[in-house]
Amino acid sequence: MTNSFADYLNTDLFFVIGSNPTEAHPMAGAKIMSSLLKGTKLIVADPRRIELAEKADIWLQHRPGTDIPLLNGLMHIIIKEGLQDQAFIDERTEGFEALKATVETYTPARVAEMTGVPENLLYDAARLYATTAKAMLCYTLGITEHVCGVDNVMSVANLAMLTGHLGKEGCGVNPQRGQNNVQGACDMGALPGDYPGYQKVANPEVQAKFEKAWGVKLSPKVGLMIPDMMDAAVEGKLKAMYILGEDPVMTDPDAHHIRKALNTMEFVVVQELFMSETAMLADVVLPGASFAEKDGTFSSSERRVQRVRKAIEPIADSKADWQIICEVAKRMGCNMDFAHPEQIFNEMAALTPSYGGINYERIEHTGLQWPCPTLDHPGTPVLHTKAFTRGKGLFKAIEHTPPAEMPDEEYPYLLSTGRILYHYNVTTQYSSALAAHRPEEMAMLHPADAATLGVKTGDKVKVTSRRGSVETKVDVTDKVLTGMIWMSFHYKDTKTNELTVDAFDPVSKTGEYKVAAVQIEKVM
Amino acid sequence: MPTVNLTVDGNQVSVPKGTTVLEAAWKAGSFVPTLCHDPELSKPGACRLCVVEIKGARNMPASCVTEAAEGMVVETASPAVVEARKTILELMLDNHPQDCLTCHQAGDCKLQDYAYFYNVKPGAFGGETKNYDIEDDNLFIVRNMNKCILCGKCLRACEEKQGRAVIDFAYRGFKTKVATAMDKHLADSVCVSCGTCVAVCPTGALTEKAMLGKARKWEVEKVRTTCPFCGVGCNFDLNVHQGKVIGVTSNAASPANGRDMCVKGRFGTDYVHSPKRLTKPLIKKNGEFVESSWDEALDLVASKLGDIKKKYGSDSIAALSSARCTNEENYVMQKFMRAGIGTNNVDHCART
Repeated sequence: MTNSFADYLNTDLFFVIGSNPTEAHPMAGAKIMSSLLKGTKLIVADPRRIELAEKADIWLQHRPGTDIPLLNGLMHIIIKEGLQDQAFIDERTEGFEALKATVETYTPARVAEMTGVPENLLYDAARLYATTAKAMLCYTLGITEHVCGVDNVMSVANLAMLTGHLGKEGCGVNPQRGQNNVQGACDMGALPGDYPGYQKVANPEVQAKFEKAWGVKLSPKVGLMIPDMMDAAVEGKLKAMYILGEDPVMTDPDAHHIRKALNTMEFVVVQELFMSETAMLADVVLPGASFAEKDGTFSSSERRVQRVRKAIEPIADSKADWQIICEVAKRMGCNMDFAHPEQIFNEMAALTPSYGGINYERIEHTGLQWPCPTLDHPGTPVLHTKAFTRGKGLFKAIEHTPPAEMPDEEYPYLLSTGRILYHYNVTTQYSSALAAHRPEEMAMLHPADAATLGVKTGDKVKVTSRRGSVETKVDVTDKVLTGMIWMSFHYKDTKTNELTVDAFDPVSKTGEYKVAAVQIEKVM
Repeated sequence: MPTVNLTVDGNQVSVPKGTTVLEAAWKAGSFVPTLCHDPELSKPGACRLCVVEIKGARNMPASCVTEAAEGMVVETASPAVVEARKTILELMLDNHPQDCLTCHQAGDCKLQDYAYFYNVKPGAFGGETKNYDIEDDNLFIVRNMNKCILCGKCLRACEEKQGRAVIDFAYRGFKTKVATAMDKHLADSVCVSCGTCVAVCPTGALTEKAMLGKARKWEVEKVRTTCPFCGVGCNFDLNVHQGKVIGVTSNAASPANGRDMCVKGRFGTDYVHSPKRLTKPLIKKNGEFVESSWDEALDLVASKLGDIKKKYGSDSIAALSSARCTNEENYVMQKFMRAGIGTNNVDHCART
């Protein structure tokens, strides 16, 4: 996030696109919901009538996979009506003319045709967002989980730059991170091209710095991203995998392919809390410890580094995950002799400029938001106040990319997926109260389609894609469009990712979880 | 900012204009009890427990809704004030179950604390008492409306902090109660079980179901930590008793969320003690997992990875690190892969 959660109470307009915060990020959702009572405006762009759509001043119900036409269409209107922030564009950005030329062709009539959003709502949303001084854009995986995820993100950034809604309080581009420490895992260099703090492995100076710190020769060759790892495993090039606290069989697209990858490799070790679908395929399973059983830190969506504190001893014969990894490393002759996570943090902070001024003492009470390069730096609640990371913000002129697989005669329904309030990707299924409250998948299906299929709420259907097939109960509701089925990915008994498409954004390699073609039949 | 100067219990105090008499009195070091007041919520001035005497005023105003003014002379503990407070507490106690011995909230109950402080005992008025069924048919929250003192914090928190307004006052007079639309149970309402109402309730009217009977309030050790679910980064207190996490309570000092939480954070961390947790290292032998010692398992992992590295090279090995593990664990994982194995094949589910 460029801005902070505290800023949610300091804006005049939320534009929420591809995000369902009242379920997936409930405290962010609560801040939005309570702001509305004070008169804060809300624009929601989502194919589903999510809770915030019902509360919105303007709801743009665009078809799945049409975010770029929608955003280009809004920018078209803003430029046509001269509502852009020309001073911001002139001072802080470059590439405006190219953007202007591209969005020129996204006329309201064409965009209405492409997205299904009526022209008058496009005008209303464009004008409201452009003319509200403090307007905050929020997005999540509805933007990124497409074959054009990176282009979607760029389009969101284009819109914010066009209207000068960046680098200021109550504004910004704010992707809420899906998981508790997905920000931190990225920050720590659990990425194939990056050392901690996004220092590039291909940069010789960076390589030299880490070689000196760690006392070993390091590889400058950028590693594989997860989908490439799975492909390499199936092809026999990747022989072993060490999986820490992840369940790719359940959570990665096209589970069949993931299983094949894991089964093909010579050796798979999984470090987990539970016997996950992935762990079942491992050669060795190591019992890790939960967040309550170890010290450390998480970094949240707002880049806030906060303490995780050990409240109880590791359960039974389990061990803190950092200890297990260090034990394996030591046995392989790699010196990783840490006595406490604080030592690890300090080593990392010394090598990571954006974390350089952070230590356990400083984050004891309220955490700190990076970048925080020095011990006297107060942290950074709002990014890009004076300049962007590359200097000037670069507009990207972006054309529409349709989803990889759209419904056709054989697979006539569009499957979209996401998270529900009562579950998280993992672990909540083992919470007795949460599991009892929402024990099984309830796929959302429009009443018209339910009538065609002859099903009512609670009935079972079989959903089949070109990859696989699962059974699920349905919840008949007009919160989804006709021709669409929406499912979560929380349940072992309904493995939704058996169905999802194995198509990825070419840059980020993020899977297209939001669009796949399926057929649906009633289970008698 | 303009300030006003006033005298509270003989002490001079200066506060910014707009400050309430209650806040000024607290700043002056005086004790003023409150039940309906909450610094983060709107101020109904409902419970009247914070009444004070103000020289020249024709009655005793509720200090939480009275603005401090220049030259005010305030008494927070005069005989008249104490008598008024005792009467309010007597009225409450005579319509409140006398079950502090078994009440989950005992030790952390404002009504109990004030009754103790003012030495108020039940029986002063007698009369009718509420007799509602205890509502415990949802999985998260137990509602005992017999213990409700109608302070209204729950409904204000639900509306003002969560933006939901699932509950409000219903009925009139003695029959007034906090209810959902049509006075249905929470389980049959649009409540999303965030438990923010529980966090602000000053009595035992609203309690966390899973914690009932597990430990007295004073036995619980609270360990502040960061939530393991979504990426908002809420903080809360793990409630620990005898080496077990028995539940979660919110902590007002949490930067992203204050006392507000969602159903997962507040009620979902019991997975930590799930009987399905893995408890021993497991090695697959002939297609079946067999329990092993740590040494055997770690030696096997190290030797297998070592052999594969030797045979096929460093880039034949990869790691999936974890967006659910700590920064420190992600750091050691990428360091192990880079410095130990010699490959940059390390990624995590940011993209999946």
